Amino acid sequence: MTFENSILTIITWLPVVGAAILLFTPRTSVNAIRWMALIVTVVVFVLSLALWQSFDPSNPGFQFVVNMPWIGDSIGYRVGVDGISVLFVVLTALLMPAAVIASWEVETRVKEYMIVFLVLETLMIGVFTTLDLAMFYVFFEGTLLPMFLIIGIWGGSARIQASYKFFFYTFIGSVLMLLAMMAMYWDAGTTDITRLLTHQFPAGMQTWLWLAFFASLAVKMPMWPFHRWLPEAHVQAPTAGSVILAAILLKLGGYGFLRFSLPMFPDASDMFADFVFVLSVAAIIITSMVALVQTDIKKLIAYSSVAHMGFVTMGIFAGNALGIQGAMFQMISHGIVSGALFLCVGVIYDRMHTREISAYGGLVERMPQYAFAFMVFTMANVGLPGTSGFVGEFLTMIGVFQVNTWVAFFAAFGVIFSACYALWLYRRVIFGALTKDSLRGILDLNLREKLVLYPLLVLTVVFGFYPAPILDTTAAAVNNLVTQYATATGVDPAVARAEAQVQLDHAAPSGEGEAAGEAPAEPAAAH
Amino acid sequence: MNSDVTDFASLAPAYPEMILAIGAVVLLMLGVGINKERSALVSWLAIVLLAVVGLVVILQPTDAVLFNGLFISDAFARYMKVLVIGGAGLALILSMSNAVENGVHKFEYSVLALLATLGMMIMVSAHDLMSLYVGLELQSLALYVMAAIKRDDSRASEAGLKYFVLGALSSGMLLYGASLVYGFTGHTNLAEIVVAISNEGRSIGLIFGVVFLLAGVAFKISAVPFHMWTPDVYEGAPTPVTAFFAMAPKVAAMTLMIRLTMDSFAPITRDWQQIIIFLSIASMVLAAFAAIGQRSLKRLIAYSSIGHVGFALVGLSSGTQVGVEGVAIYMAIYVTMTVGFFACLLSLRTANGYVESIEDLAGAAQRRPFVAAIMAIVMFSLIGLPPLAGFFAKWHVFVAAIEAHLYLLSVIGVLASAVSAFYYLRIIKVMYFDEPMHEFAAVPAELNVIMAVSGFLVVAYYFVVGSPLANLAHTAAGSLF
Repeated sequence: MTFENSILTIITWLPVVGAAILLFTPRTSVNAIRWMALIVTVVVFVLSLALWQSFDPSNPGFQFVVNMPWIGDSIGYRVGVDGISVLFVVLTALLMPAAVIASWEVETRVKEYMIVFLVLETLMIGVFTTLDLAMFYVFFEGTLLPMFLIIGIWGGSARIQASYKFFFYTFIGSVLMLLAMMAMYWDAGTTDITRLLTHQFPAGMQTWLWLAFFASLAVKMPMWPFHRWLPEAHVQAPTAGSVILAAILLKLGGYGFLRFSLPMFPDASDMFADFVFVLSVAAIIITSMVALVQTDIKKLIAYSSVAHMGFVTMGIFAGNALGIQGAMFQMISHGIVSGALFLCVGVIYDRMHTREISAYGGLVERMPQYAFAFMVFTMANVGLPGTSGFVGEFLTMIGVFQVNTWVAFFAAFGVIFSACYALWLYRRVIFGALTKDSLRGILDLNLREKLVLYPLLVLTVVFGFYPAPILDTTAAAVNNLVTQYATATGVDPAVARAEAQVQLDHAAPSGEGEAAGEAPAEPAAAH
Repeated sequence: MNSDVTDFASLAPAYPEMILAIGAVVLLMLGVGINKERSALVSWLAIVLLAVVGLVVILQPTDAVLFNGLFISDAFARYMKVLVIGGAGLALILSMSNAVENGVHKFEYSVLALLATLGMMIMVSAHDLMSLYVGLELQSLALYVMAAIKRDDSRASEAGLKYFVLGALSSGMLLYGASLVYGFTGHTNLAEIVVAISNEGRSIGLIFGVVFLLAGVAFKISAVPFHMWTPDVYEGAPTPVTAFFAMAPKVAAMTLMIRLTMDSFAPITRDWQQIIIFLSIASMVLAAFAAIGQRSLKRLIAYSSIGHVGFALVGLSSGTQVGVEGVAIYMAIYVTMTVGFFACLLSLRTANGYVESIEDLAGAAQRRPFVAAIMAIVMFSLIGLPPLAGFFAKWHVFVAAIEAHLYLLSVIGVLASAVSAFYYLRIIKVMYFDEPMHEFAAVPAELNVIMAVSGFLVVAYYFVVGSPLANLAHTAAGSLF
């Protein structure tokens, strides 16, 4: 048992151990339960920082690997992280304490609540750390179970329909992916992801496998038109549920595309790239316009999430270093920003018990600190330069521009629309005259809320000006992925990378020019 | 023909059956002799007897074929016997609490259960169409009586009668099929049938025989379209009896199905494969849709068991060793989940008696959080949601189907499992999302233990059970090839 081979196992399973302890805690000692959950999630976060710190960003392969056979021939215990997955582990571990603190005032069935959240954390981290195909599915699909309960038990008035919709959309998509995984197992003779990554699937088979994975990942992402479950799930879920859903569960889809679709089915990915572009642009434009007319704050943010995920899918299937780096950055950034936005909604919902935009107005008079925090996150959501939201959108658009100018052209409209709906939302909720009597007694952020929102606020701004910590971590792994993808699809990999290099040096604005510029500087060690 | 049994020691592979047969008769005499009030003693002794028999099965050293090829003891038979004995023993434990309300307090109940178990063990070890039929009938006759054991209850009598009439019909079909197989191959011994088919090739009469044989067995595992009796019998019989029906007999009949197809009809795999694929698809799809409309929990679990038989058959339809392994694992997990379900069901008693309809469960999560949690775990597992055991069960059978390139079957199967999620989720929804309506009576201690163990095995499958079970199933399936 060294740090190397035990850290991932500990990070993954510690929350479940915490949940098991909670199981035997009397349900009346509510405060002990809350503190216990908080301590466990904070410890996991600290451990994940230690993991990130000792992670070697110049190594494009998997690190901290453990690999042993487990059940029969087909399922193993295999863990490891590379530049793509390590950040998601940190992101998950970062947002869980926030979710626990945001749930401090949940009074109904606190014990069960904290248990399902801790179980959910294990499952989410497991998705990113596992290197076994079957176990990936186990964790990926396992997240349905706690999330179904979170929406269904602690959700709003229409929670039952929302939880069912959430469950069935994702479940039906995923079972097809399960069959595809089995077919992959028989073709490659292993469920070890590291070996699958080097296995060449026959071109005809790739098409089917890609479609089966798409059925699951596109729903999870969610891509337009498979997003119908998301607004309802978000609106009905309790605040912490929305935070986790938006910040992490949606990223499982993007992670799946990066881990499986692109490297394992490169021919099919190349073939379907245009199809994905069309859906992405449709998502960006259509859902942005839909967001414009929403009357429910959470629903508006939910639709904006779909639009932002459009940038991610677009960047991933651009297939070049810029696009994928951008997609990675966009996912991390969106995880922080959308999580924070849902927390912001939670703040006023806790006070007023309504999410209707029309019920608010003029909050700046009573809640200046809240107005400030909400503004920063809104701006990040819009993609204002200087916030983390800008970097991802910008990089993905350059990446796509190299592949398909029209896609980039239409996607740029999304930026405009997002400014429309986000700023208009901000104006209606925060500015204007404080005319509603019910709002006169509303209180500004309390200490607990500040404790959650301010760190995220700092991260949003820091990553906006200095994205290097993220881009550097992903660079080697992304370059490796791009090289493989380019080789498989017949583009000269050196050219693909060189183009990326030039673009990064010239096109990136001052903020990330330095950071992104050094990102692809490490040549992929595999070649 | 000289007997291959020369001395007592050479009977060793049949010791479990012999101990059980003698024990059952002794308990019958004991039951007649003692005071009626103390029939619980017979039940406890029956459970102990089953535990002893199970131990003897596990400790059995070698494979053997006995009684001139009538009886086989191989790793596969031993694996399945442990499941049968486990299922039967657990069902008996479930029947101990509130036996009087359930009408299963008579000592005959335990004795019948033992005799049924004996029949199932003979089925599992059958290596000849004759012993197969003898075992099947011993099991069935005992089960008919058990279904109607609460004889003053019209529903139970109806269940028993229905089961008997349809069961007799299926036995007839099975016998007819056996006679055709004998007629066209000249043998009743399973090993000799294989040789005969390999040498002489298939004939239309043989195929007819196979169809009838499989139809007879399909009735016993309640695969669609031979499933009609299941919902009625499950609903009508007292709940502990339903629990008994849902576990051990399914395992025994599934073992028969596997042994017939994989062993004696291996040369005509292409022919029986179509039948199994049809049974599998029909069971999965019909169960998924038919269960949605059910109000009664026991009818719902009846359809659920039909569906699960369909999923298990997915593994068998591949006709490979991986497939048989999958079925073996599936049945073990199925028994674990089913016993958990029935333990929960028997733990939820309101002032009006046992919980019967789904609505009665409303708010159980607030009144009985532990029972509701186990029930929810079992339901999620029955859906096949990872990381619970039910997922791994499905993984093993579908992996086999994909290996055999049965893509259409697999796609239909997983979609059916998605549909079936709907009715399992409704139980969770009613328990967790709805407001409580009833007060529930206290839960007997032994049920708490069973629920805890079953819940633990389902949750911790990946860590605790998965690997050893897969190894056992691998050895078991290996002995058929």
